[in-house]
Amino acid sequence: MAELALALPGQASAPSRSAWILPPLLILAALFFFPLALIARQALGGAEGGALSLNHFATVLTSKMFVDGLRNTLVIALSATAGCLVLGFVLSVFIAFTPFPGSSILARLIDTFIALPTFLVALSFTFIYGSAGMLNESLMEIFHLDLPPVDFLYSQWGVILSEITVYTPFVMRPLLASFSLIEPAQLEVASSLGARPLRIVSRIILPAALPALVAGGSLCLLLTVNEFGIVLFIGAKDVITLPLLIYDKAIQQFDYTTACVIAVVNVGLSLALYSLYRFVVAYFGGRRAGLV
Amino acid sequence: MRAELADVAPAMATPAQRERAGVDAASSGIRFDDVTVAYNDVVVLDSLSLTVKPGEIVALIGPSGSGKTTALRAVAGFVRPLRGTISIGTRDVTNVAPHARNIGMVVQNYALFPHMRAEENVAFGLRARGAPADVIRERVPECLRMVGMASYAKRFPRELSGGQQQRVAIARALAIRPQVLLLDEPLSALDAQIRRSMLDELARLHRDLPSLTVLYVTHDQTEALTLADHIGIMRDGKLVAFGDAQSLYRYPPNRFSAEFLGRANLLPVREVATTTAGMARVRFGADALIARNHHGLPDGGECLLCVRPHDLRLSPCDSIGNVLGGVVKSVQWQGDMQNVELDVAGHALRLTCAPMHAPPAPGAPLAIHFSASEATLIPEHTLRG
Repeated sequence: MAELALALPGQASAPSRSAWILPPLLILAALFFFPLALIARQALGGAEGGALSLNHFATVLTSKMFVDGLRNTLVIALSATAGCLVLGFVLSVFIAFTPFPGSSILARLIDTFIALPTFLVALSFTFIYGSAGMLNESLMEIFHLDLPPVDFLYSQWGVILSEITVYTPFVMRPLLASFSLIEPAQLEVASSLGARPLRIVSRIILPAALPALVAGGSLCLLLTVNEFGIVLFIGAKDVITLPLLIYDKAIQQFDYTTACVIAVVNVGLSLALYSLYRFVVAYFGGRRAGLV
Repeated sequence: MRAELADVAPAMATPAQRERAGVDAASSGIRFDDVTVAYNDVVVLDSLSLTVKPGEIVALIGPSGSGKTTALRAVAGFVRPLRGTISIGTRDVTNVAPHARNIGMVVQNYALFPHMRAEENVAFGLRARGAPADVIRERVPECLRMVGMASYAKRFPRELSGGQQQRVAIARALAIRPQVLLLDEPLSALDAQIRRSMLDELARLHRDLPSLTVLYVTHDQTEALTLADHIGIMRDGKLVAFGDAQSLYRYPPNRFSAEFLGRANLLPVREVATTTAGMARVRFGADALIARNHHGLPDGGECLLCVRPHDLRLSPCDSIGNVLGGVVKSVQWQGDMQNVELDVAGHALRLTCAPMHAPPAPGAPLAIHFSASEATLIPEHTLRG
């Protein structure tokens, strides 16, 4: 009966059915494809009235500024993702398999954390680890120091630490969901067979959590590659990532062509990572679950 | 742990059985000594004292929440007793971590590791204990052969049926040559036909491994009666009866045991009067009945007369017999047997017999007979006899 009901609109002719796709397509075109096309045209030099060419790409992609930006972006994204995976896995195992009062509240708080803006963490880190932050003030007072001894926040490490703090919940959420599917009896039987906790984690829990871990990690990588707020807010010296480079070129130097070239590369990188994410999720069964 | 594995010198009935994946030579028993377990101040296992002798199968049966699984989990080390001690062999394991107890465990839902093939599941315990590679190579197929799963070694759990998964789970538990095997409702998730066949398999397995000590938790009396040397009946965290399977069935020590282990007709009787050794005359209304006084109930008191439905007959008994008159309430045909529900002086009685050609009609008067030796007196008020 449901099939019949769904088939009813199908009685309309093929052209009228295709018309339903037009409104959303127009909205998407206006809001997304058109601006993207403008960026691509600018990057190819078409905005200046000349012929389209890859000259700007060749110039920008071989410049030290771009290479440094790409390297910073990848180093920060990969390091932050690795950190998120390790920290997220450890915390999730702790929350899911070591019952303690308030563990369920803590698990729910993770969702709240995901909802917060990313720059809040950078701001709070300034208060804690900054030159005039709580940690440095305390250490200077205790050890009678003239200069703040902890000085990592305004470096690549500060950005990585902030991103790990912000994006770890993105790994934990799917991990906790996958842990909830592990039968406690499996862990008990493993233990009765002589396995110690570390072996249980590595041989039973980790393989079961691998799809969630890979999916969460891919998502983190995608988000950290495009992270802008944290890098800007930390203001780390010589830590220029691709999004920050685009901002610098477009807003501060009015060099739109260079900004657009970098933006196209950034979009390409993001789409590649997004494809990887979809592939990984689908490979581990996400297609069956309707996730991709 | 390697030393522990090397020290294992199997002691089986025959050398061939010894060769196969046997159990520890010094087969170990289990002893609960006044064990109490509580969750959030709620006592779920109350002062349990029980001994499972080496090589014996003891079944703990009882309704949900009776504490039988908690007792098993306490042996496994997953719950810590509030009071009392648990020993495996001569070793007090009360505070020993689960991984160091040398037990095999099989649970209701198999709990196979889904990402491992059958052979990897069986090898898991050996690897965890650091067994040498040649021992693993030899023992894994040996254990799979023992449970008839040798040809399924390369399959993942998802590629096996429920019964096959449970066989692999048993092989996995036996591969480590545990001191004791804990079975927690191992057949509950299987359908009736496979359950019967697995029950036979478990019985055969214990014949092959006679020195294996087994603690078997179930709510199914048939499993307990088929497999167990001794049965413990639990209720509300307490052990209310313990004994060998036949004695417990024939001479239940209390009402709960009589009703839980098999079906029982219980009639309130009075004026117990000992006649010959082990027998007593009692009164049920105006009728005088004779029954076994296995529990030595004192003369003059009140008690319950217990007679199993299949011990009630429609024709007089050859030996010392009892007869009661009743009215048929209902007749049910169940293929290979017939159930007759009767009202005897206001008490419901059930009679089970072979299918009758002309069963009595509801409302018809009926005389029922039972032998004195097949009826037993049980105390009315005490839980444990």
